[in-house]
Amino acid sequence: MGTTASQLPKELLSEYQELTFLTKQEILLAHKRFSELAGKEDRHHPNPRVPMSKILMLPELKSNPFRERICQVFSTSDVKDGSLSFEDFLDLLSAFSDSATLEIKSHYAFRIFDFDDDGTLDSSDLEKLVNCLTGDTDDTRLTAEEMRQLISNILEESDIDKDGTVNLSEFQHVISRSPDFVSSFKIVL
Amino acid sequence: MPRQRLIASESDVSIEVNDDAINHEAEVDEKTEEEPKRKKVTKKRKNRKNQGTKKLQEEDDGDGMSSMKRTSRNVKNEKGTERKETKDEDEEQNEKKERKNRKLKNEKKKETKKVETTSEEESSEEEEEEKEEEGVDNDEGDEGILGSLSPEELEKLKEAVDEKKKLIITLRAKPWPMRKKLLTLRESQRFVEKYEGALGKGKGRKLYAYKVMMMKKWMKFQRDFENFKTACIPWEMKIKEIESHFGSSVASYFIFLRWMYGINMILFGLTFGLVMVPEALMGKPYGSLPRKTVPRVEQASAMDFAVLWDFGGYAKYSVLFYGYYNNQRAIGWLKFRMPLSYFLVGVGTVAYSYMVVIRTMARNANEQGGGDDTSFNFSWKIFTSWDYLIGNPETADNKFASITTSFKEAIVEEQESRKDDNIHLTRFLRVLANFLVMCCLAGSGYLIYFVVRRSQKFALEGLENYGWWERNEVNMVMSLLGMFCPMLFDVISTLENYHPRIALQWQLGRIFALFLGNLYTFIIALMDAINLKRAEEEVVKMNMTIWMASLYNGSLPENTTASMIAVDPADVPRGPCWETMVGQEFVRLIISDTMTTYIMLLTGDFLRAVLVRFLNHCWCWDLEYGFPSYSEFDVSGNVLGLIFNQGMIWMGAFYAPCLPALNVLRLHVSMYLQCWAVMCCNVPQERVFKASGSNNFYMAMLLVILFLSTLPAIYTIVTIPPSFDCGPFSGKNRMFDVIQETLETDFPAWFGKVFSYASNPGLVLPFILVMVLAIYYLQSTSKTYKQANIELKKKLQTQNEENKKKNKLAAQKAADDLKEAKNTASQLLSTQTNNNASDPGENSHSNIMTSSVKTLSRLNEDGRENNTQASMDATHIHAHHTLLEEHQTPTPLTHDPPLHGVIYPVTHDNQSQQRRGAHIFRDADFHVDAHPGMLTSVRQN
Repeated sequence: MGTTASQLPKELLSEYQELTFLTKQEILLAHKRFSELAGKEDRHHPNPRVPMSKILMLPELKSNPFRERICQVFSTSDVKDGSLSFEDFLDLLSAFSDSATLEIKSHYAFRIFDFDDDGTLDSSDLEKLVNCLTGDTDDTRLTAEEMRQLISNILEESDIDKDGTVNLSEFQHVISRSPDFVSSFKIVL
Repeated sequence: MPRQRLIASESDVSIEVNDDAINHEAEVDEKTEEEPKRKKVTKKRKNRKNQGTKKLQEEDDGDGMSSMKRTSRNVKNEKGTERKETKDEDEEQNEKKERKNRKLKNEKKKETKKVETTSEEESSEEEEEEKEEEGVDNDEGDEGILGSLSPEELEKLKEAVDEKKKLIITLRAKPWPMRKKLLTLRESQRFVEKYEGALGKGKGRKLYAYKVMMMKKWMKFQRDFENFKTACIPWEMKIKEIESHFGSSVASYFIFLRWMYGINMILFGLTFGLVMVPEALMGKPYGSLPRKTVPRVEQASAMDFAVLWDFGGYAKYSVLFYGYYNNQRAIGWLKFRMPLSYFLVGVGTVAYSYMVVIRTMARNANEQGGGDDTSFNFSWKIFTSWDYLIGNPETADNKFASITTSFKEAIVEEQESRKDDNIHLTRFLRVLANFLVMCCLAGSGYLIYFVVRRSQKFALEGLENYGWWERNEVNMVMSLLGMFCPMLFDVISTLENYHPRIALQWQLGRIFALFLGNLYTFIIALMDAINLKRAEEEVVKMNMTIWMASLYNGSLPENTTASMIAVDPADVPRGPCWETMVGQEFVRLIISDTMTTYIMLLTGDFLRAVLVRFLNHCWCWDLEYGFPSYSEFDVSGNVLGLIFNQGMIWMGAFYAPCLPALNVLRLHVSMYLQCWAVMCCNVPQERVFKASGSNNFYMAMLLVILFLSTLPAIYTIVTIPPSFDCGPFSGKNRMFDVIQETLETDFPAWFGKVFSYASNPGLVLPFILVMVLAIYYLQSTSKTYKQANIELKKKLQTQNEENKKKNKLAAQKAADDLKEAKNTASQLLSTQTNNNASDPGENSHSNIMTSSVKTLSRLNEDGRENNTQASMDATHIHAHHTLLEEHQTPTPLTHDPPLHGVIYPVTHDNQSQQRRGAHIFRDADFHVDAHPGMLTSVRQN
């Protein structure tokens, strides 16, 4: 505890508390985990970035089908390699924390599901999403016919303005009615 | 108003797109400009210069991240300058400098003002421009500025500060990257700090500063307290670990267990602090009264472990049970009203439990909110079915499988609307299954009744002659039934061929019925026992008088005055004390129930896991994936067990004050034991049901059980007279007479009178009537509210759709205009590229193009003035080029990633807008990518 606290300046810590939905302990824990991930060689660097491959090894993300998307969404890296700085990491944890609001959760969920980053969920996004959810093995994968049916059903329900895609506000509209989105959209260190 | 906007804009220069901006413009145009406001703006600017320069310096000190920011700023500056140029603003700036301290107003000023308020971005650009131009020449202190402010301006400033504060609070809920949030936070904090102290001048100033300071302290304290509170929640990490391995449904059981533990802690505190401790400390000591002494016959075996384990002997004659308490009205030097306290704690326990359960239910219902209808069946399956907490590959595999099946099921259900191939067979099977279940229930009920009767016979003949089984028969039979009947039901339910969700509900209902039946059979048998005991009591009472008489008669001749004959309390004959008997039964039941649960856990889960694990090497089939495999964690069964256990506590706590303490112990141990068992020998379940959805389901069951368990307790309290020689109410006709007694003796006479009037049926009946009417009224109003709510929702939906239609039309127009604008722009660009192809400045130019297209898209978002704005922006683009020719300074530039942010933060109401924005943006992006060579050349720079 003492060592981690000394690594993270006090003002910064209180600012992080102000800016995230995390408590002090959680931020300190996150910092500890992050510096473990960053390894020793980057210690001297003021603002280390951890490559995506290392982030994906976290047990909390290891079996998540959206792990790569999550990294990409939260990464502020210039080269879009999905690497995370500590602040990105905190953003991630904050959005996935217990006390984050529905708005922020649904916002990030939308970005995670928006595989091609074009701001809408079109049928190719939805197809990728379904494939993520059904896993990689052949026996769980849906047939083309089922997939088509499923996607058309989804669009029928959620695409309120009937333009063939689901946009953020439509998405949030759907999500906000769901009883268990907030409780399941959580990652805890 | 415009000023506030201005301040807000300072913080979110590049990203936030606010729909109000345009409204704003309209407002300002309409309004005739007012003097003070304008003054205000100038002053504000001066003040902010300081900050601006500081910020710039800071950023220069920063690492590579800030260079990005800087570039975008440069771009903006250029743009801003450019714009000014078109309006001859350079001149104006100079003028402004001159007039810094005088408050002059002229037409030009007004013009600036208008420009500033046309859109946030523009205003902020100007702001930054000023910062650069005017530099550090600010020798005027805050005091001077503030001193010259009029009250209304101060008011404005205060508003601005409040705005900033609000921003600070809501900042965490903004989907921005951390760096941006940090910058905004620091900036607004600096602003708040700067003005807050200086604000209230004169007398109020000190007070204001003090208030602000206290506010800060209070906030810090609150935050620390919040941290402390979360640190205090027990088993948080354990539960989170389980959550990550097994998903939220298993964790919901443990959260429920923890909640239960909390409630039991409070019940325990009540009974322990107000009943057990006072009696142990201040009541008469052990051995002073017959009721506090082990009878002579039992004394030999009173310390044997077997007897103590059965809660006989010394355990029976202690504070743990009802019979030990004395009916003395007030005990100790505190004059503690023991019987009253005993009664009130009993009532309070039940009342508190009702309150907590109902409050929790209401809160849960609130949280679920309008989880109405199933109109988003598929979308929910897609968007919300993944449980992000899952961190275990095995669980993830199960989840994949279950999601796939749920998709397939949903599709099949959608395709064919329920055509049952052989409806008669299924019907027959279902009836048969229900019949079998009924038989099971009846059989188990009879078995329990039979066993209880038999145990009474044993008890009459004396338990010493029988072995362990006979003594514990009732509890063992009940536990075994509770263990095996659910399995039987599970087998039977395969006959029915229900959908898994419905099957689960049936299963839960049946187990519930079984437990309830068992419990009530037990209670009925107990009632029989009570009646037997009371008959016995009558006999004892008779004997008692004879015994007393003989005692007196025998002693009379020798000592005529001796009313005090020393008889050892152990020798005094005594009644059977049915209350203690009831308490003992419940305690035994709890103990045996706990034991069977733990033993089942160890054998059923742990032993099975060990066998499967180690025999797998030398077995002919795969044990791990084949027949026995590992056990699943049975959430519903465990929850039901917990609920019934609690029901027994509520029922028996009145007669055995030790029950809550026992239950706390049990729950504590279960928490650790089950956490361990789940982590080490269970596999995640395949049949997943949603955690949060079933939460209130648990609560509803708990409420039913609470009601059903308080029923017999209250019945016994109200109708059966207490034993004559044991317990706090001995000698009274009914237990609740203690209230009457207290009213008569401890309160002034008028109070008793008032109370007796109040309890007059003539008053009570109308009161009840009024209550019923009130309930009826409230219910009907809530119904109408609900209806109104639905109506409003419908209205909102239709309005939304209309808006969308409008927006669509507007969007098409805008797209056409945009095309035109872009055509002209690209033409210009191509000529530009021809002119100076290798110039790095060119790239910034293309970036300007991007940003101008961006502005265009942003402006388009308001679907009303598309035409004019598009053409306006076209002129802007044109203007950029002219600017570029002047500013040929190379600027360090990278392909600006935050541009992507433009798409997302537009989370506001209008739905199709931001998609449009996205399309436009894609175009813009493409535009930049069209000059890759230039980009790299710039990076080298």
